Order: sequence, then C-alpha cells, then structure tokens
Amino acid sequence: MTVLSAPHTAVHHGRLRGAGNMVARNLLIYRHTWYLLLAEVFEPVLYLLSIGVGIGQLVGRVPGLGDSPVAYSAFVAPALLATAAMNGAMNETTFNMFAKLRLNRTYESIRATPMTAQHIALGEALWAVLRGTLITTGFLVVVSVLGLAHSAGILLVLPGAALIGFAFASAGLVVVTYLRSWQDFQFIQLAMLPMFLFATTFYPLGVYPRWLQIVVECLPLYQSIELVRQPSLGQVGFQLLVPVVYLTVFGAVSLRWAMRRIDRALTR
Amino acid sequence: MTVTISSELLVQASALRKVYDSGFVAVDGIDFQLRRGEAFGFLGPNGAGKSSTMRMLGCVSPLSAGSLRMLGLETAEHGPEIRARIGVVPQDDTLDTELTVRENLLIYGRYFGLGRAVIRERAERLLEFARLTDKADAQVEALSGGMRRRLTIARALVNEPEILLLDEPTTGLDPQARHLLWERLYQLKADGVTLVLTTHYMDEAEQLCDRLVVMDAGRIVAEGSPQDLIRTHATREVLELRFPPGEQQLTAGRLAALAERVEVLPDRVLLYCEDGETALAAVHAERITPLTALVRRASLEDVFLTLTGRTLVD
Amino acid sequence: MALLPDLARSPALREFTYWMHRYRRTWRGTVVVNVANPLLFLAAMGVGLGRLVDDGGSDHLHGATYLAFFAPGLLAAAAMQNAFLDSAGPVFQSARQRGNYRAAAATPMRPADILTGHLLFTGFRVLTSALAFVVVIVATGAVPWRHSLLLLPAALLTGLAFAAPVAAWAVTVTRSTRINGVFRFVLLPMYMFSGTFYSTTQLPDWLRAVVSVTPLYQGIQLCRELALGTAAPLDSGVHVLYLAAMATAGLLLGRRTYTRHLYG
Repeated sequence: MTVLSAPHTAVHHGRLRGAGNMVARNLLIYRHTWYLLLAEVFEPVLYLLSIGVGIGQLVGRVPGLGDSPVAYSAFVAPALLATAAMNGAMNETTFNMFAKLRLNRTYESIRATPMTAQHIALGEALWAVLRGTLITTGFLVVVSVLGLAHSAGILLVLPGAALIGFAFASAGLVVVTYLRSWQDFQFIQLAMLPMFLFATTFYPLGVYPRWLQIVVECLPLYQSIELVRQPSLGQVGFQLLVPVVYLTVFGAVSLRWAMRRIDRALTR
Repeated sequence: MTVTISSELLVQASALRKVYDSGFVAVDGIDFQLRRGEAFGFLGPNGAGKSSTMRMLGCVSPLSAGSLRMLGLETAEHGPEIRARIGVVPQDDTLDTELTVRENLLIYGRYFGLGRAVIRERAERLLEFARLTDKADAQVEALSGGMRRRLTIARALVNEPEILLLDEPTTGLDPQARHLLWERLYQLKADGVTLVLTTHYMDEAEQLCDRLVVMDAGRIVAEGSPQDLIRTHATREVLELRFPPGEQQLTAGRLAALAERVEVLPDRVLLYCEDGETALAAVHAERITPLTALVRRASLEDVFLTLTGRTLVD
Repeated sequence: MALLPDLARSPALREFTYWMHRYRRTWRGTVVVNVANPLLFLAAMGVGLGRLVDDGGSDHLHGATYLAFFAPGLLAAAAMQNAFLDSAGPVFQSARQRGNYRAAAATPMRPADILTGHLLFTGFRVLTSALAFVVVIVATGAVPWRHSLLLLPAALLTGLAFAAPVAAWAVTVTRSTRINGVFRFVLLPMYMFSGTFYSTTQLPDWLRAVVSVTPLYQGIQLCRELALGTAAPLDSGVHVLYLAAMATAGLLLGRRTYTRHLYG
C-alpha cells in the first residue's frame, strides 16, 4: 500500500482563511457541547428574573436616559445583555484558551502547519465574537418573551453585542498570555466583578459623586452598556458613536498586542 | 524493495546554534546535510540538543546563529511555505483531546489549506495506515499511548509531507507498540518519505536510520551509518562482566591488560575486544571469577560510551 | 485537660492539618474569592442600589435600611458559596486525580476521619471569611455590634449545612463538569431567589413555598433575624434545627459514600 500517492497540493493561505480554520475547529467541538452555551444564557436570565423583577418592586421606576423614568427591569435588562456578551467572549479567550495555550499545547501543533500566530489570534477572536453574539441572541429572545423589549431599536443590540464581543475577546487574548496558572484567574475575577457591579449595571450613574462618575465612564463595560442601553430605551443618535469608537479602538489595539504576545509565546 | 536516495539536498545546516533567553546553549554550532529519501537520526542523551534542533527544523524556533536551508528555502524567511511541505511528530502527543480521532485528521488538514474532499479521502487512508479505522469516532482520551502516537504520525502525514520530523517517536511506549510503530515507519521509508528522527535508543537508531549523528552537549561528536560508527568507534565484540558488590573496583585494575579497552560502569565492567570468548578465557586464566559473563556484538551504545564516557539512558 | 492531647492525636485532626498545610501556600489567592467577592457585592448592592431602594420606601423591608436588610442575607449566601467551593471541587480532586484521599486511606485513618477532617477545614474557612465580613458590616453601622456575636455561629451552621451533604455527594462524582453544573443550576438560582436581595414575601405563593424549604432560605432568615434583632426562640429555633439536621444528615451520608468510594 502506498500512503502518499497524490502530488503535494498544500497551498499557502490568507489571513481570513487561516482564521476561518480556527472557527471551524471550535464549531466541530461545540457540535458535542452546544449545551454549554445555554448555561451562559441561563445566568443573565436568572439575574433579570431575580434582581430585575424583585428589586424592581422595591425601587419602582428609575431615572432613564431621557426625561421619563423607566421600569427598573427595562433599565437592568440591557446591562445584563452587554455583560452576557462580554462574559461569553471573554470566558472563551481566557479560560478555554489558557488550556489550549499552556496545558494541551494545541497551538503548538497548529503552529507546526502553515498557520501563523496571527491566524490563531484572529481566529480565536472571531470565534469568541460569534459565541458572544449567540449568547446575546438567546438572552434577547428571553427578554422579548418577557415583554421587556419596548423599541424596535433593540435589534441594534445584535451588532452592538458583536462589537462588545470583539473588544473583550481581544482583551482576553492579551490577558491569557500573561497567566501562569489557574490561580491567576482570581486576578481576572478581581477586575471583572467590580466592573460588573459598578458600571451602572444595577443603578444609574447619578448615584455616584462626579469624580467617580468619570472613573466609571472610562470603563469598557460602561461603554458597552451604553451601546446597548441607549437603543433599548429608544435613544438612537450620534451619541452612540462614543461607545462605538471606544470599543473599536479598544478591541483593535488589544488584538494587535495579542498577536505579538501569542507569536512570542509560540516561538521559543 | 530498495529505497533510492537521490543526490538532491533537502536540508543544509551550517554552524547552527540555539541559545535560549536564559543563556543556555542548547545547540552549539552543528553542520549536517540531508538527501531526499534518507532516514537520518540524531542520537544522544536527554539535553544533548536534539529537540532544539528539531524545533528549528520545524521552523518554529528562530536560529541564534548559522544558516538552515530546507527544500531550497531559508527557514528564517519562508517558515509557512516550508511548514506546508513537512510533517511534525512532537515528543509529547499534542493531539486535540476535545475532538475525535477522525476529526483530528479533518481539522488538521484544513490548517494546510487543503480542500474538504481531499482531506476526507486522505483521512480514511491515514486511519487505515495508522491501524485506527476501528477507533475513528472514539475520543482521543480513550486511546492507548501507542494509538495516540500512531494518530500523531497520521496527522503529520495529512499534507503528504516531503520530510517527516519525529522527535523521540517511541519513548514511553511498550515493546509491542514500538515494533508496530517501527513497522509503520519502514512503510513510509519504502514510500520515499525522508525521515528525520531523534532517539536515545540505540536499537531504534540501528533499525531505522541510514545515517546518523551522535550529539552530546549541543555538538555533533560523530557521524556515519550505524555500521560505520560501530566499526570506527568500537571493537567487534564486548564482554560484559558482573561482580559481587564491592569486588568490582578491586578486580577492574587487573582486567585492564586483558582487552583493548575497559569501561567500568556502576553495575558491570565492559571489555572491548575482537573476540569475546578468548577474552573470557583470559579472565578465567587470571583466576578472576565474575558472577555472570556475557559476550555480545558491539552496538551504538558502546559508540556513545566510547565517545563521551557516559551511557545514553541513565 | 486530658481531652486536649487526645484531640491533637485524633486522626480527623491529621486530615485537618493536611489541608491547613496546603492552605499556608494558597491563602492569599483565596482571599479574593472568599472575602473580596462578598464585600464588593455589599458595596455595589447594599450601598449603591440601596440609595434607590431606600428612596422607594417599600414596606417589604419592615422599616430597615436596604443595607441592614441585605448584609445578613449576603453573609448567609457567602457562607453557602464558600462552603461549596471548599467541599465540592477539592473533595472531587482529592478522590480522583490528586489522590490525597487514597494516600490518606492507606494510613490508619478511617474514611469517616478523612471526611471529618475535611469538614473541619471547610468550617474554618467559612468562619474566617464570615469574620472578615461581619467586621466590615459592623464597622459600616449596618448591624449593631451586640447583634453581631451570634452571626458567626449562624454563618458557620449555614456553611456546614451545605458542606456536609456536598462533600458526601462530591466524593461520588466522576466528571468535573457535574460540579459546575450544580453550582450554576442549583446554587446560583438558590442565591437569587432565597431572599438574599429582597424579601421572599414579594414572591408568588408557589415560589415562596419552594424557596422556604431550601437550606439557604433557613440560613438567611436566621442571620437576618439575629442582625435585625427580631429573633424569636420558636422561629429561630426551627431554622437552627433545620440547618443542624442538614449538616448531620450530610455527615452520616458522607461516612457511607466515603467508605464505599475509598475502600471500593
């Protein structure tokens, strides 16, 4: 038996095609474990039902973005959606990538092929965006079923979620290259939890003194929440460009940095 | 079936050096050349610089100095092009444990930019080649060590490489799994694939390699075919003697005159000679009575011992 | 006095010592999860959200400020979470890859001693985390210090009501994803609906009935009654009995599952 019959047919491939291979690999894996995505939809739904509805009874209406106050649950839902997009993307590029980078050395075997560190980084970011958007879509369906989607502007949430996913997936790619062990994940939590709790997820910016408001406004999650909350509450205008530009720049800078870091990690 | 080795040079390394950030010199200026169709081996103990050399050949580790041309291209500039035409079997199986056996082949083929139909057809052939057709849909975690290694080799063949790099292909496998693996590698050799392998097993090097270099501390200390190396650096036969604890040191001095060369190892004494039986008779004539005595043909292990004063596997 | 040397030589204490020894190397990292995590929730929800809630002036809180209402609930919820984190994953790993349970079982220690030692350590961790939390809530004035003394045993009891049954179960677990699943689909909903963030009187009747039989609800009620000074012997006694029964049942069950697993 001759194993090698055909002439050599391998071709050198472009950046997007290489990245597409990484997405294909992850899709193949998720064919077996798609239910894990459901679990990530479940968590924000729980928060919405519990805090949105329960606290809503205690709080009543809160100052919205315009003149009229809004129901508390309508205020919280978009923030939970932005958080779901963030977590969906970042869990993928931190937790799941750490194993591939350090423990299973999956990337080493991929680097032995014509694939480069750029293909790997771009592909993983692309996949994380896809995943974050899927989770957000699931959550959006629940929100609509519960009758919390008041404006057609809520459909703008999906491209918004993709952008949030891109920004945090890329940031996650940078962070993962600095992690040494599972213990280090606690430091990620130490940064992410306060951001989740304080970036106007559960109450408006007006609660803080002015200097603290400025700090909060600089947080990527605050910008992400604004990107989703404004159209959800029917406010669509040029002020949306602020979070769009912020998150695009944040994501692009992170991605370039991540490519350099991953290349270094795989080239010894 | 005879394998023809052409005169075409596939690999040309000169003054190759690898120094890590820590300052550790892993490879300290080595030269070698490789022709199409050859099976070429790096023999040496752990830490000799074999794996570092393999990583440079795999175009994933930049050279610190020297030059390395593969398939007519400089590795420093044409990494992806060269990687498209070689196959790599790393020392640890870096298989995708989240995928099944077949999926590992399918997805790896895509990394080379191959079409789906081509990959699918090759995957079936490679599963058969690796004797894994029955396990095609099993999770990688369910495979034995030998199966994993065969899958890693199958995966490295998905792009039909011109050169296959194998870093310690049988380390950690049981004897039966080793023999099956060797048999598969013979098949590849017969099919004209150029093999480059590292090993610290002399039997593996003797069986598989047309030509090999002996490495020690980042340098090449000898080069040639296994038979040439044994002829040049060892005698025809070796007499191995074992003594009761404590007596070995006392008798070693008296043995020195009885052979061309004597090596004293922790557990035995080796006498290098042309005729082992004659040497044993001489030992008895001296009224030295070892616990056991064994006459055998000299091997690469002896070559290494002669060249470096150390054994390959401690 | 003769009791002390005996205790020091007791096999369960040897297992406890093993865990303390490991803890000496890792305690800094765990502070983040065990102490910082509940304090951040306290600040964000109790203080930040509290401003909105207190403006709303709902009578579900019986006149207490939101911070005073929320803090004891969070204390009990954190005790549950810390107890779970220290008994589920570590027990699973000890029984499987890490192998330290098998190593211990090869010594004169009995499975029951290994379980008791592990629970002692979990209790120690729940108690120290609760102590840090209680110091903070007393300092903020959310809870008067006279009411705080009994909060520590109440938090410990809540923790053990989870730790013992969870350890009994975790030793039988074969895949680590099960542990994540239970955390996500059992503990997290309990945390959300058992009255941590708001009064269960706000829930629909059917849900309230379900919630009131969960151990977390019992723990939260106990801590809240103690903190607000509304504890009554009968009501609070029922909570204590319930939690103690859970812990005891978990311990008895755990002796059987540990024995079956470690000698099986």
